[in-house]
Amino acid sequence: MDSAIANPQAEQEQEQQHEHAVLPQHRHHFATQEQQREAGSFGMWLFLLTEIMFFGGLFFAYLLYRNWYYDAFVTASNQLSVPLGAANTAILITSGFFMALAVWAAEVRKKSLLVLFLIFTIVFGLAFLGIKADEYHEKYEKHHIPGASYDASEFINPAAYGLSEKPLAPDAAEKTQMFFFLYFAMTGMHALHMVIGIGLLFWLLARAQRGDFSSGYVAPIENFGLYWHFVDIVWIFLFPLLYLINRHPLAH
Amino acid sequence: MTQPEQHLHDPANVTNPEHASHHIVTPRVYAAVFAMLLACTALTVYAADINLGVFNPIIALAIACFKGVIVILFFMHVKYQSRLIKVTVGAGFFMFLVLVTMTLSDYISRAWGLW
Repeated sequence: MDSAIANPQAEQEQEQQHEHAVLPQHRHHFATQEQQREAGSFGMWLFLLTEIMFFGGLFFAYLLYRNWYYDAFVTASNQLSVPLGAANTAILITSGFFMALAVWAAEVRKKSLLVLFLIFTIVFGLAFLGIKADEYHEKYEKHHIPGASYDASEFINPAAYGLSEKPLAPDAAEKTQMFFFLYFAMTGMHALHMVIGIGLLFWLLARAQRGDFSSGYVAPIENFGLYWHFVDIVWIFLFPLLYLINRHPLAH
Repeated sequence: MTQPEQHLHDPANVTNPEHASHHIVTPRVYAAVFAMLLACTALTVYAADINLGVFNPIIALAIACFKGVIVILFFMHVKYQSRLIKVTVGAGFFMFLVLVTMTLSDYISRAWGLW
């Protein structure tokens, strides 16, 4: 016997009824709880690797277009608000911290703490989406959403809008659409992942309140935690790439 | 000698060379990682304000990579997982870098000889 079997008494009782058919953390087709747990983590990580490839394609497109349309990317990028981006980074990290604590609470079988930490995870996740919505709204008002009603005049004549940016030629100014297209694609796919995550969090919260995860069965909480932290990591890279690295453009 | 009627699914029969006893990461570790992540966020915002030329994006990405690694190791428990999980995660990021390198070398070299 090893430490993977957390409750020897329950294990014994169930052995008498029918060999491990009752515990959700030990389905009959797994030899041990440890094997089931590892198979679950392995599967979750394989899913996350496909997610890395998905977001990776977007990151690569950003890298390439930033090199092609450097001046347009610099000017457009500097229209984003660093304080809002930094605040959102801190908020998302805080949400991830509470998710990590929720996994701990499930593992030590503290039901009320688990419920509380899941609520905090949801609250900070919603706060992030709120700030993101405010940023999107500002871009909407300025006609900086790529498409038919896109307005590049701010980049052709920045001084008229009180900006200190270098003016761009009209054809170069149109390329700022490419920045905003990637900005909305990347932050939008990230936000979609968060919306899905918050939906799953409400489902986990209801199950946690029912006591599903306070008797040794932590896999759904643990694997959702992996997803939520992955979404964190995507933002950890989006923030510097979209908001920060174009503050001091290279002369060329 | 093993009892002939001993059940096949007895956990004692399982030899797992990858055995990693389950490790519960404590709130203290999570708090330390959380503090480090917030400090790195402040640092990257501060560093972005200083004109470091070509090093601005390099420093920003280095800080982001550091933050990503500590999230993966501690929040995502990879530090405490079996070698199977560690190799899986490592292989995924390695494959991503291979794809970026190959695609980038194609784009960089496509116009060679046309100048």
